[in-house]
Amino acid sequence: MEPGGLLEHLVDIAPYTGYVYPNETVIPWTVLIVVYPYLTGLVAGAFTVSSLYHVFGMEQFKPVGRFALLTALAFMIFVPMPLLLHLGNPQRAFNTMLTPHWTSAMAIFGLFASFYVILLMLEIWFIFRPYFVRQAQQTSGLSGRLWHVAGLGSDDLSPQAMRYDEKWIFALAIIGIPAAHGLHGYVGFLFGSLKSREWWSSDLMPVVFLFSAVISGVALLIVLYVLSCRLRKVAVDLQCLKGLAYVLWGFAMFTLALEGLEFANVVYKGREGIEMIVEYVTGPLLVPFFVLQFSIGAVIPIAVLSYMIWRGTTGKALIVGVTVSALLVLFQVWMMRWNVVIGGQEIAKTGKGLLSYQLVLFHREGLLTAVAVAVAPLPLLWAMVRVLPPFTKPVSP
Amino acid sequence: MKREAISSLLARRRFLRKLGRAATCAGAIVAAGTLGGTPKVAAKNESSPGSFPTKDYDWTRHSWAFGVDATKCIGCLRCVEACKRENDVPGDAHHFRTWVERYVYLEGDKRARVDSHHDPVNIKASGSEREYRFSNRYQDAKVEKAFFVPKLCNQCTHPACVQVCPTGATYRTRDGVVLIDHKYCIGCQYCVQACPYGARFYRTKEGVTDKCTWCYHRITKGLQPACVEVCPVGARIFGDRNDAQSPISLFIRNNRVQVLRPETGNAPNVFYVGIDKEVN
Repeated sequence: MEPGGLLEHLVDIAPYTGYVYPNETVIPWTVLIVVYPYLTGLVAGAFTVSSLYHVFGMEQFKPVGRFALLTALAFMIFVPMPLLLHLGNPQRAFNTMLTPHWTSAMAIFGLFASFYVILLMLEIWFIFRPYFVRQAQQTSGLSGRLWHVAGLGSDDLSPQAMRYDEKWIFALAIIGIPAAHGLHGYVGFLFGSLKSREWWSSDLMPVVFLFSAVISGVALLIVLYVLSCRLRKVAVDLQCLKGLAYVLWGFAMFTLALEGLEFANVVYKGREGIEMIVEYVTGPLLVPFFVLQFSIGAVIPIAVLSYMIWRGTTGKALIVGVTVSALLVLFQVWMMRWNVVIGGQEIAKTGKGLLSYQLVLFHREGLLTAVAVAVAPLPLLWAMVRVLPPFTKPVSP
Repeated sequence: MKREAISSLLARRRFLRKLGRAATCAGAIVAAGTLGGTPKVAAKNESSPGSFPTKDYDWTRHSWAFGVDATKCIGCLRCVEACKRENDVPGDAHHFRTWVERYVYLEGDKRARVDSHHDPVNIKASGSEREYRFSNRYQDAKVEKAFFVPKLCNQCTHPACVQVCPTGATYRTRDGVVLIDHKYCIGCQYCVQACPYGARFYRTKEGVTDKCTWCYHRITKGLQPACVEVCPVGARIFGDRNDAQSPISLFIRNNRVQVLRPETGNAPNVFYVGIDKEVN
């Protein structure tokens, strides 16, 4: 037995049926690698909403336009966390940026993610610059100086300067669209480009990842926006919520169609090892895949949203209905990430056996760590919102 | 996209040299210290003869290959034991640089029953995870056809594991062996995922991945890999394809050989004789 001890051994080893390669009995990627694409997806989705306002000029998204950017940044900052916790030698993680191996899909992640974080911070800075300047003027002492530093000494608020800022915001938001979506599409490529696993090896994988990312981010914003309205004791802007509900509804249907098509492709092509995949999806994956991901996570919210849009529901019923749908979509995308990352590894490369991933509570890569990393962006976002108020002041009646 | 691994190593070194120069120019003492240190790591993998750990060995003059004659294998598993000892492989049933599979067709079976020594039934028969044995589980059944298949790293010409490594810690040598720089591996296990043959595993204690190297430390000294050395029936064949009279050249020339999963495009360099359609 390894020096890791009995516990390490029990945690690592996956029970199996049929024939699996001996080395496969240790599942390489754990629940933390489920959290990683989940977080990047939320970032891409939140950014989509901010660009609907900043680039596409959809005014109804104004109440969440800035908040979406802060949400994207708060979650983006935690994206490397599950990866670092997973690495065997996290102190060498910087090697991927210092000496990237260019044929590796993983190598450019650090560079690309850093680029995106800088872009996000720049855009947020431009948007909040007038706020920094006003704060610097209104407060004195140390905090006044700090606000001045935050504004980088640029305190020109003339119409000309503001026009200049707007140009930058527009340009950054435009570059941000391919950056945020490229970042997440790439996560899909990371899985889809591997030829060793039939469950992953799909050309549709990056697209499926991308669209599920959009719906998860929009759903997150809906939940956080409604929550923030309750906390701030202000009325929910129904136009904004309805707009978000439309975006969620449209993209959710598209995502469902894509995921259905991808699954149909795997089954229909019926390449080597398909018997095992069918045995897997109709066995251990029946509940996580068909019941939790497809039925509860996808079909129910689409049905609820369709009903509300058809009936023209408004008021409190709309808020409750959309929020519940959004929560279900968040759950759907979590299950999708789980079914891809863990599911792919539970189907043995031999095509002759199935493994069973052991999720434990207390472990460096256990459930508790995963949950902690997944919710860690929320306190950060709370702090950010305190410093940079993203919500435009409600118009007094 | 399947570039020679070595060219990327050279590119890496060039890149580092540029970085080092830039850092020096900037006069950033701390940065220069860090970056100045890194090229040494890269230099270890360089082709200059002086830096090679084994003197008088020129890796441009060899092209190693491996053969498996499954018709000869008796499933004694001495190869597995020798490999575990020679290469300090964790002594449990979940980490192997080489392993042996058993394929059995009972009377009327359309598909093979496959197992290996890591199977709980076989471990029970041997009494320990450190003892490798095939249990006699089919002694009362009518066996129609049965054979053993030794498995190991295929040292592919286009290795998927090298392609996906984010740092270049795993690379293909000029003499055709895929190695891992354990001082550079970050332990992301992307290579473990990418290998279609399940040849790679993760060393929890060191936080790095590991796999068969055809006993690179031995073959560069003119020795045979440990598993080849101990095989009592000559089921494992090893040699230099640059030498037309080497055992492997003769094995490939005199037999109709095949490789595992050719459809992956990996171009494996372990050549099999006597395996069945279900072996992959």
